[in-house]
Amino acid sequence: MANVTRIALIGNPNAGKSSLFNTLTGLNQKTGNFPGVTMDKLTGIWELEPGRNIEILDLPGIYSIYPKSIDEELVINILGNPQHPDYPDMAIVVADASNLKRNLLLFSQVRDLGIPTVLALNMIDVAENQGYVINSLKLARELNVEVAEINAKKGIGVGGLKLAVIKTLKHRYASNDALPLSVADELIEDVQKQFGEADPYRSLLWLMEHDRMKMFNQEQRESFDHLLEKHQFEPKKYKSAETVKRYEQISEVVERCVINLNRQWDAEPVKTWTDRLDKVFIHSFWGYVIFLAILFIMFQAVFTWATYPMDLIDGGVAQLNDWLKGILPDSPLTGMLTDGLIAGVGGVLIFVPQIAFLFFFISMLEETGYMSRVMFIMDKMMRRFGLNGKSVVPLISGIACAVPAIMSTRSIGSWKDRLITILVTPLMSCSARLPIYTVLIALVVPEKNTLFGVFNLQGVALFGLYLLGFFMALLSAWVLKKILRAKERSYFIMELPTYKGPRFKHVAISIYNSVRAFIFEAGKIIVAISIVLWVFASYGPGDSMAKIEEQVRLKNPSLTGVDLSNKIASEKLENSYAGHFGKLIEPAIKPLGYDWKIGIALITSFAAREVFVGTMSTIYSLGGEVDNENATIKNRMRAEINPDTGKPMYDAALGFSLLIFYAFAMQCMSTLATTYRETKSWKYPLIQFGYMTTLAYLAAFLVYQILS
Amino acid sequence: MLTLADLRIGEHGEITGFTDELLSLKLLEMGCLPGTEVILTHHAPFGDPIALKVSGYTLTMRREEAATIQIKRK
Ligand SMILES: Nc1nc2c(ncn2[C@@H]2O[C@H](COP(=O)(O)OP(=O)(O)OP(=O)(O)O)[C@@H](O)[C@H]2O)c(=O)[nH]1
Ligand SMILES: [Mg+2]
Repeated sequence: MANVTRIALIGNPNAGKSSLFNTLTGLNQKTGNFPGVTMDKLTGIWELEPGRNIEILDLPGIYSIYPKSIDEELVINILGNPQHPDYPDMAIVVADASNLKRNLLLFSQVRDLGIPTVLALNMIDVAENQGYVINSLKLARELNVEVAEINAKKGIGVGGLKLAVIKTLKHRYASNDALPLSVADELIEDVQKQFGEADPYRSLLWLMEHDRMKMFNQEQRESFDHLLEKHQFEPKKYKSAETVKRYEQISEVVERCVINLNRQWDAEPVKTWTDRLDKVFIHSFWGYVIFLAILFIMFQAVFTWATYPMDLIDGGVAQLNDWLKGILPDSPLTGMLTDGLIAGVGGVLIFVPQIAFLFFFISMLEETGYMSRVMFIMDKMMRRFGLNGKSVVPLISGIACAVPAIMSTRSIGSWKDRLITILVTPLMSCSARLPIYTVLIALVVPEKNTLFGVFNLQGVALFGLYLLGFFMALLSAWVLKKILRAKERSYFIMELPTYKGPRFKHVAISIYNSVRAFIFEAGKIIVAISIVLWVFASYGPGDSMAKIEEQVRLKNPSLTGVDLSNKIASEKLENSYAGHFGKLIEPAIKPLGYDWKIGIALITSFAAREVFVGTMSTIYSLGGEVDNENATIKNRMRAEINPDTGKPMYDAALGFSLLIFYAFAMQCMSTLATTYRETKSWKYPLIQFGYMTTLAYLAAFLVYQILS
Repeated sequence: MLTLADLRIGEHGEITGFTDELLSLKLLEMGCLPGTEVILTHHAPFGDPIALKVSGYTLTMRREEAATIQIKRK
């Protein structure tokens, strides 16, 4: 891709870079109203002029070019290194106009690096609401830069932005070699002699941040250290002095270009909506109450509201099956199509409403700005357990899926806080556990009962499981905090964004994407494993399977009809390869109350826990007890009899033991791979797998022994 | 020495300096500059962290971090 113009979107966290990226490229990069949504780079194509496409690079937000966390480091590694494959020809600095001074600090740094820059003033609407009037023509003249006013959310002002970009690309900004604060000429010369020609400010950046720049090797880092020593240069002092100096200059400019209408008549700025809402949402008492209430409503909704569409889907699939069985000849092939394929697909589809509700709530939390309030009110509690207020984002998005959740830990500045968050996030119940919970809760918690006459008891049980996951995450974090050594101090300095109305289109897209991913990604795994399982459960070693029918007839001469074929089917399953695997681990799981059939489901779940329900339906449909009516997985499991006691297999003890096991066990390859990628070591995924699985085993053991 | 952690809700102060070099850069970058006016607006349950208005936006930090910011009353 030689000679393709590349433009990087640079800006403070939450300034609206990803929203602008979506507007320009038509893609659906994730956005949200809290600092630290984007954690990785993403490229898209923008048609700047007819026939002229350029590349747009969306990046994590930064407050300055001196990084404090991994996500910020990524940006500096690109901006500081002209040899980097993603190094941009130009930058659009996206600035939050309602917070201009702080945003201009970054702008002035980026421009001094020698990168041609356009200033995009975003969130003009928010600034106006707060009473700011910005004279952007004057600002452009004072800063000597092309300025465009935009609304990235609504896509307003793109035309002006295009003009500004085209002009800047044509004339290219010539960096004036001045440094914000002068340093000894010899220092810059020494850096340039050893590391090649570069703008003075870039040379300084290398000198001060060499440890975080991947372009330098160990030897080069040491020579940087020598230079620092030789010139008695103290990066910390310089950076602070530079920041103060820049702010001074910026304040003067802003003074001349911005007026605040509210301030002219009143000493106090008017109360905004955000101020009023925060009075309750981050109130020292009501804050917690509201947060718990929101979570509670969320899980009630997931369980109770979703049942109506779920029943519809369930009924629809059953009718389709009946209809097909009516018109198709009675053959094994028909059986495979109806009881196998369609029932399997239905088993995935039925959970779509729940997944949709779950993602609706999570994306509302993210879009409105409530998420950062949760970080604020939870920090103190989190800190006790070795976490950080910022761990709230991974923990809450862990309710959806642990993979993106673990990635979102990159904004946590302290390594120890971040590592602990990564290790405990998979204890949050992810959406793949939802189907398991739903099926098992329906088996062991009575449907009709309510708590205080209002709350559906099954919904309460579901909420309880999520809370249990959360508290176990806290507890594990606390233990890890005692074990792990801290390298640096933990801190929590964060901006609270203003509340913003959710964009329902964005919420809808986010729901659509997750539902699609659930159906197709999870669906693929479920179907693949089900087929493999079907093979392993239908064939056995040697000719043992062939002999079974005969043996059963000989041993039970009194059996006839359905009873006979059921007996044959279950004996066959027991002697299949899958049956042998299950029997192999049965001694280990017997204390938890599980038989070899559940053992098979446990084995298949270790790659991905979403296959549990599918595995159970395959096992129970192959293993006999096939009365064709009511052949849903729930009913099949309900009908299962424990051969030792003669009572229903899925009683409270087994049900809760299984629920607890799935709540705590690490059964997701993708999560382990993500932990490896984020910690760059096999040690941590192994620890994660080990401690979670041990925890699951012990907890399930306890629950079974106490309840049975 | 008076620090930001000593302010009560609704009280104003003016930043005069920092006692912690490691944190001061982050705080400066976030707009907590000497001479800037701050108002303490909220604190979280159990009094920590705190939220303040500084240069027109809301910034939150822990009490121990606020204690590194020296202020004088306005
Ligand atoms: N009112 C208003 N809201 C906006 C505007 N532009 C973006 N937003 C909202 O601001 C929030 C942040 O937008 P993002 O695009 O995610 O911000 P970002 O800069 O990518 O943030 P990070 O990825 O965290 O660095 C979202 O809730 C957007 O809907 C705007 O012009 N006006
Ligand atoms: Mg973003």
